[in-house]
Order: sequence, then structure tokens, then C-alpha cells
Amino acid sequence: MKDRIEALTASFGASLAEVADLDALEALRVEYLGKRGHLTELMKGLRDVADKKAAGQLINSFKVDVEAKIAERETALYEEAINAQIRRAKKYNPTLTFPREMGSYHPITLATREVEAIFESMGFTIENYAEIVGDYECFEALNIPKHHPARDMQDTYYLENGQLLKTHTSAAQNAIMKKYGAPLRAIFPGRCFRNESTDACHENTFFQMEGMMIDENISISNLIYFMKTMLSEVFNRDVKVRLRPGFFPFVEPGFELDINCEICGGDGCPSCKNSGWLELCPCGMIHPNVLREGGIDTEKYTGFAFGLGLTRLAMMRYGIKDIRDFNSGSLKALSQFKSI
Amino acid sequence: MLLSMNWISDFVDLSGLDRKALIRNFTLSTAEVEDIIEKGSDTYGVVVARIISVENHPSSKKLHLLKVDTGADVLDIVCGAPNVREGMKVALATAGGSVAGHPISVATVAGFTSYGMCCSEAELGISDDNSGIWEIADDIPLGTDIKSVYDIDDIIFEVDNKSLTNRPDLWSHYGMAREFATITGRELKSPALHSVAPYDSLPEVEVKVKATELVWRYSAIKVENITRRTSPVNMRIRLYYCGSRAINFLADLTNYVMMELGQPMHAFDMRKVDKIEVQTFDKEFNFTTLDGVERLIDDRMLMITSGDEPVAVAGVMGGDASKIDDDTTSLLLESATFDGVSVRKTTTRLGLRTDASMRYEKMLDPELCRLATERLLEILLRLDGGARVISSFTDAYVNRYPTITLDFDKRYVDRYTGINIPNETIVKTLTGLGFGVKLEGDSFTVTVPSWRATKDVTIKADIIEEITRIYGYDNFDVFTSESALLPVRKETLKSEEDRIKDILVKSYRLHEVHSYIWSDAQKDKELGIETERGMRIINAQTPDHQYIRTTMIPTLLSFAKENKTYADTYGIFEIGHTVNGVRENGLCLEKSKLGTVLYSKTESEESLFMQCRDIVAEIVSDILHSTAVFESAECEYGFMHPTNTFAILVDGVRIGTLSVPHPTVLANIDKKCAVAFFELETELLAAREIKKIRYSEPSRFPGMDIDLTFNADISAVNLFALESLAMSVAGEYLTAVRVKDIYTAEGVSALTLRFSFVSTERTLTRGEVQESVDKILGAFAAEGLTLKN
Repeated sequence: MKDRIEALTASFGASLAEVADLDALEALRVEYLGKRGHLTELMKGLRDVADKKAAGQLINSFKVDVEAKIAERETALYEEAINAQIRRAKKYNPTLTFPREMGSYHPITLATREVEAIFESMGFTIENYAEIVGDYECFEALNIPKHHPARDMQDTYYLENGQLLKTHTSAAQNAIMKKYGAPLRAIFPGRCFRNESTDACHENTFFQMEGMMIDENISISNLIYFMKTMLSEVFNRDVKVRLRPGFFPFVEPGFELDINCEICGGDGCPSCKNSGWLELCPCGMIHPNVLREGGIDTEKYTGFAFGLGLTRLAMMRYGIKDIRDFNSGSLKALSQFKSI
Repeated sequence: MLLSMNWISDFVDLSGLDRKALIRNFTLSTAEVEDIIEKGSDTYGVVVARIISVENHPSSKKLHLLKVDTGADVLDIVCGAPNVREGMKVALATAGGSVAGHPISVATVAGFTSYGMCCSEAELGISDDNSGIWEIADDIPLGTDIKSVYDIDDIIFEVDNKSLTNRPDLWSHYGMAREFATITGRELKSPALHSVAPYDSLPEVEVKVKATELVWRYSAIKVENITRRTSPVNMRIRLYYCGSRAINFLADLTNYVMMELGQPMHAFDMRKVDKIEVQTFDKEFNFTTLDGVERLIDDRMLMITSGDEPVAVAGVMGGDASKIDDDTTSLLLESATFDGVSVRKTTTRLGLRTDASMRYEKMLDPELCRLATERLLEILLRLDGGARVISSFTDAYVNRYPTITLDFDKRYVDRYTGINIPNETIVKTLTGLGFGVKLEGDSFTVTVPSWRATKDVTIKADIIEEITRIYGYDNFDVFTSESALLPVRKETLKSEEDRIKDILVKSYRLHEVHSYIWSDAQKDKELGIETERGMRIINAQTPDHQYIRTTMIPTLLSFAKENKTYADTYGIFEIGHTVNGVRENGLCLEKSKLGTVLYSKTESEESLFMQCRDIVAEIVSDILHSTAVFESAECEYGFMHPTNTFAILVDGVRIGTLSVPHPTVLANIDKKCAVAFFELETELLAAREIKKIRYSEPSRFPGMDIDLTFNADISAVNLFALESLAMSVAGEYLTAVRVKDIYTAEGVSALTLRFSFVSTERTLTRGEVQESVDKILGAFAAEGLTLKN
């Protein structure tokens, strides 16, 4: 038995040395450790051996030795195979791929979302409203009676059924007051229309965002606070605001709100017509007639409202010089607005 | 509007104050100042001198060689003006001086030395008269600095007319002076007047107001024996600086009073107009206004007539025939208040806006009529001693504004302002602005002055503006509100539309575009699309844009065409509004719709169509947690393909349409391209009830997938129907049906479906699964689907 094991040890050693790949190693394993392999044969031979214990130990140590060597060889061969696979692998070239083109949002969508997020964080509800409204919503409910010069200021598109294309987002004020009542904090972005000829600075279709805050004791002081805070967020800097009297029938007092010019820092430059200030948004304390028309108790509640030109804001924000680009449908222009 | 600071200073003493700073701050308290122009500061060293001799230049026909006496020296001057003559007093700019920014030095002109320059009015910037040098009045001593006798120095500022829309009282220097007086806390001085009371016993002017609904007040007075022809220099300078050309003394005078007090006045030549009627006519006729233009007068325009002879368009412009001439010596002076709306409409119809009409439009204070007459007489009689009033001040005061009294208390002001403005400040401000103020404790009773009561100040809130603008918004302490914190709501449609945009941009890489709410008939025509005649805009800028769109798709197809050079493949979308008819109450049926168009030069139409299908399915699944179903449908529009138009349904409700273009439209987009599109009504998406997520625990036991291949006509098979059929017959263990493979070849097609079975309680046996499979096969066979061998 001992001789047989020694002979097998020698031939295993020789065979193992010749093994070149994992398949050959597997064949060798089967030859020695398989069901009909040499080890099984050796175990069968035990029947004829006197000192079964000693012979058994010999066989076992031979088995352990074979298993260990095969395992060791397997690891080596596996590593070699992996290395060979790595060496054979195709080298990729990342510069050769063309990234799939990304989609894009309309710049108005981006500007609107930005402003909406700011107001949402300040507790304002975001509302939606129709583009076609009646004379009542657009004028009458806003304290703009018939024959009022304010109606001349806004050249309105009228429809054959007597309705009109809304000339300002203020047209939604009445409906929103009636929908929620007071207290109320809401903004409502929307498309507006003015019947005028278009050029690089004028469009008949543009976007505004209206905002309203109504509660007990809302004051001019609050209005200044909210406008300053909101505009500082929008422009990402500590803006200075100033109010000056402005006439809009739906507010009293009414203001034009200016912010200090970013380009010159307030010293005066062509952008701000040398005044150091940029006219940005009309605002004011909501006229009692407007509140009353919206079903709000004017003895109990006051409120402010403002209108922000979203199209103008987007032009400032992205450096768009020609307002007609917004409705051009040109992807060379619009596809640039990718992120959100 | 241009305003002179000198003129304003007639009524308020601003000495010791930085006048330019005052004007700049005027923007913050009253109205927007657009420009500040300093007049005269670049003119100096100009003195009064006399021409003592005139010689012709030996070789120039135009030039003269003058000797000019400045009182101190006699200077040689070379001058090209045609009106030089011996003895004439002139404005001489001396060497070292400056004329409107042009430095004056000793110069050689055509071979002769000139020690200065004789100036024209235009050169000095005080009029546009450049016909010759300015002849100075003889009584002014030689050597006098011209600026010490004439108001060449001034600060002119321009106020944005739009910011004065609601302030009729500010269309005058006097009104502006009242603002400056209040802002600076200085006293407002009244203009000097010549009372008309002494003439009460004289005969009246014959005045008859027929159209009483269009007139507040019509007053008139007659003056004769006027001999003065030209206005004093300082009056002419003021008028010129404020944008009005001097014409003749009487015309200048009416302009001057209008600019000073805001009341338009009209002087008729009494030889042609000696009585007045104010009326409208029921027929159209032509009338020549004093600018020499013949205009068509219609039945809504208020006219002034003398007898039945029209002599002026009320509040707009006088007639050519009755205007003041150079030989006019007697006049009928009109000082009236016409209805602002009527004047505005007349100017619009005539296409003629004047300084007078602009003021009337703002709703003038009728109380001004008498004041302005008395002011005009004061100046007229001072400057022309021979003039004589020959009628009483005849006053047809046909309509009056009520006196407005407002009550409020300190608490009201505090609540509106959010700050504490002391009672004394409130009283001082309102009193300064002309309000009558009574204060008892914290309660105010305020009477609105007539010049603010025509429409501007009518309610308590209007008073707040008066108090706060003078207090100064820059002086406000700024506080956040004390409002309670409340949850923020977002309107559902808006949220859903935002989510749709995210899906389209992020998952499908589409581009959002915006267009117009109206159809573009021209672009439709280029694509061979017939523009739907929907709701019509009655005042569209072009007939091509007169119909509100009923669908988003045509504009998007045009955009797809216009972007051909952008890329080989792209998709665009817009969420916008359409009008699809009217509701029962006659109002527009306005809808919010998503339109999406995919375009490709490289992909097949079917592939684009399937991508559209996938997008719709994802939107429906994401927003409604539901399944979109597609059913073959009739074309709603001619631009859709008759074979491949599908209704998009969710739970049996149609929410949109999936289609590809009609071949003729496609050919007009591009010769070789593929296009597919869909349209969804986003309101229906937002209105549909969102299905709740219902969690079912995944089975812990292995499932079994069975693939079965059927003979099937791929173009006709309805997978949605097959899936629900299988689900309804197979029993509880069938959990999903999926398409595994589609095989098509010449004349035959086959569909391989994978049926997934699982139980939550145990591992299924082959027998149990086979039982289900047999039921499915039976049901499918009844639908004509047989197993392929």
C-alpha cells in the first residue's frame, strides 16, 4: 500500500506539473479524487491490508495533499486566466461616444419654478388660472370701470363672444379671493396678452406672476419686507428696494418698486438710465373695492399685491436680448435651458 | 411734461435747498422724474451792448464789421446776421465767455479780428429763432450781464406723463409747487389774481350749454382794446423751456396760464365769435382746426359754436377761422371744464392730442375756471394797460362735484402703514396738500380739496397714500407680518403639469416650447392644414391670427418643420390652452392640453409612434397609477392619418389622441422624415381620481413562467383585451401576461406571450398551472387564437 501511494504521489506530481489550464486540472482532480479515481481505488485496497489504521492514515494524508495541491494550482491557474482575460480585453475609448442629447425646459418654466420655490418656502399657495377671461375679472373686479384710462393703457384682444385674452395676471385676483377667502397667501403665474406690435422688446404674449397676501393687519411695512426678501432670493444678493408712488386702479396706495442696479451697483449706468435703480414690479395695498368685490371684509383685512414680469425676469436672468425668442419654437435657442 | 424750477419758485421759496436733489427725490414722493436739464449754466460772459457803427465787409456779402459799445469798451466785432443796424442793443458774448457751451475767444474772421459774438436767441438756447441776432430792449443799461435781467438760468425737469394719469392737479407749475411746498415744509404762495367781481354789473356773454351731460362748467369773459403783440422775454423763455413755442402775446398768455394753473383756456377773436353754444351735432361735417387741418367731426364730438357756426372742438383745439390773428384786439376768453371721457374719445377718433385735451382727460377741477380767468386778466392787464374788460364773468356751472369728507382714525393709519406716524405729521402733510383737517383725539375728519376730488381721492385708503408718500417709503421701518403659518396648497393641475414636464424632459429628452394661443393660418397653409375656424379674436393684428387654436398639434408640426436643421431626431412639446367651442352660458370652453410631436430623419414612423405610446403610458401610470388604453378612432382633424389615429382612454374616459400625420402633411414637413404625435387634455388627467397604491406582499414561493406562441394577426390583435381575457379565465395564480416575442414573416405572424403563475401559499404543481393554461387556451381559441405548433 505504501508503495502504491508513493508511486501515485510521484505520478500526481508529474501530472500536476504538466497541467496548463483549469480544464486539465479538473481532469486531474477527477483522475485522483473522482468517484472512480485513484483514491477510491486505494480505499478499496484497504480490505486487503492488515494494518488498516496505518494504511488509512497514509491514504488520508495523500488525499489531503492532493486536494491542497489541486486547490493551490486552481487558484494560480484562475488568477492566470483572469489576467489573461484582462490582457485580452478590448480597450475602450470614452471620447468616441456621443452623449445622448438632453431634453430642455422652456426658460419661462425655469424662471417660474425658481420664483415659485421661493414663495412656496414662504408659505404661498401656487395657483393656476385661465387665459381667457371676462371683462369683469380683468377690469371691473379690479376697480377699473368702463371708460377708465387704464383700459386704454392696455390694448386688449377681444373675442367674438365678448370675452377677452387676459391682459394681466391680476385678472385672477378676484377668483382666488373667492376661492380661498382670507387669510390668503397666493401666487399665480400666467400667460398674458396685449394687442401690440412685436419687436425685440415687445411681445403680444408674455408671462407675469401675480402675488397676493391678505390677512389682518397686513401693512405697507410688511409689503416692503416681503418684496425685499423675495427679490433678494430671486437675485441671490441682498437687494435694496425702493418704493415710489405708482398709479394702478386696483391698489391704493400703489407703488412702482425699483431695485438697486446690479450692473453699476447704484452709481448709474446705461442699463438703469443713470438712476442707479431698475424699475422691476408694480405693487401696492389691495384697493378696498377689489377686496370687497372678492368677498373679503375690508374692515378686518388688508393685503398687498404685486406683479412680477416673468418674461422680463427670464430675459435678465439668462441674458436673452430678443423677447421674440421665447415663442419662436427654435430649438437652437430653447434647447440650451437644460437644467432645473 | 417739462417743468421750470424758476416758475415753481414763483410759488414756493426753495432758496438754500439743493434743487436738483429735491427734483430727484420728487420721484419717491410724487411722480417719476425722467430727466433733469440745467439751462444757462454753460452760458456766461454775455453782456448788453450797442452797435455804434456798421460797415460792410469788403469781400463778403454776408459779413458786417461792427463797432460795439459794451459800456466799458468799444469792440470790433465781425457779424453775419442780416438784421444788424446802428443803435441796436444786442447780447454780446465777450472773449473768455461761453454761449450754450461754445467758448468765445478773440478770433480772426475773414481777415478781420473779432473780439466777441453777437448772439441770436437760438444761439443762447432761449428760442428756436435763428433768423438774426437778438434785439435787446433799449432800457437795459450797457454792460449788464444778460443773465441778470433774463431768466436764462433755470433747471428744467421732465416728469413721466404716465405717472400723472391720476393727478389732474399736477399738470401745472402751481400744482407741482404745492407738492414741493409740502415736501420741504415751506409755504405755498397764491398766484396774483385780478378779481372779476367788479365786472358783475357788465352785460353777460351769451353762453348756452346744450350738451349738459358733457360739460361741468363753461365760463367766458370779453376783453377789448388789446394792443400788445409780443410776450415779455421771460415769459417766452419759460414757455420755450417747457416745450411750447411763442406765437403771439394772446396765444402765449393762454398757454402760460394753462402751464401755470393747469386750466386750458381758449381765446376767440371777438370779431368772429361773440356768443357761445356748447353742443353736439347729429350729422357729420368737416371742420378746419387752427393747425390748418380739415377734420371730420362726428355726432359724438362736443363742439363750441357761435350761433350755429362751429368754432372749436371742445377741449381739443380751436377753429382756424376764429383764431387769434396778429391784428386781434378784442377777444372772448373761454375757461371751461369738459367731460374727460368725452374729450379722450374725441381725441382718439380725431387722432389729435393736444396739451389741453391731455389735461381734460385727467378730469380737471371745475373750480379752476374762475381762478384761471382771474390769473389771465392779472397778467394781461399788467402787461397791456389799455386792455378793457367789457363783460361780466359769465359762468354756466352746469354740473358740480360733491364735496368729499372722509373720517378715519390713527389706528386705521397704523394698521395700513405698520409703523407709527405721529398725528402732527399727518395733520401737517394733509394741510400742506390742501386738505381740510380736523383732529379730535385720534379721530380725523378730512375734507378733500376740489382739485383732488374729481376722481383721485375718494376713499380713506387714498388718504393713506398722501400721508405715506410724503412721509417717505425710505423712512419706513420694515417688519415681517404676524400671519399664522398655514400649509401651502398647490393647485392640482399645476402640479400635474409640472410632473408631466419632468417626465418629458428627463425621461424622454424632449424640448419644451411655447407658441401663441391663436392658430397661424399662414403656417397651417404651408403644411396643408386647414385652420379650424374656432373662437375668433375681433381685433387680431392680422386675419391670419384671428382664430384661437382648438388643438396644440398644428403649431408643433410647424415647429418640427422649422427645426429640421437642428438635429436628425428630436421631440418637442407644449402645454398650452385651446378653446373648443363655447359652454351653455356662452363662455369659452377653454382647455389645457399637452401636445407632443416627435420628428426623425433616421427612425421609422412606427418607432416614433410607439415612443409616443410609451410616453402616454408612462404619464398615465405616473400620475394616475393607471393604465392607458389605445383604441382605433376616427380622425378629429384632417391633418391626422386615417389609418393610425387612436383614442387614448383611461378607465373608459377619453383623455387624448395618438396619431401620425396625414401623408400630405408629412410631405409638407419634409420629404424624408417620420413624425408622430399625441395630445392629452391635462385637466382630465388632473381631474381623474388617482388610484391608491395597494401593497401586496411578494410570494415566498417560486413562481412558474409559461411561454406560449400563438398564430395571430399582429396588426389586429389587442393585447389589452387578451391580457384581461387571460386574467379573467385563468384563476388566482396568473399574475402577469407579457409579450415575449413577436414574429412576422411573409404572410404569417406569431405572438409569444409569457404567462407568470405564482401562489402566496405554496409551490404550485405542474398540474395546477396546466389547469390554468388550459383555460387560457380555451378562451383564446374562442377568440381565434390557436397555439402554433
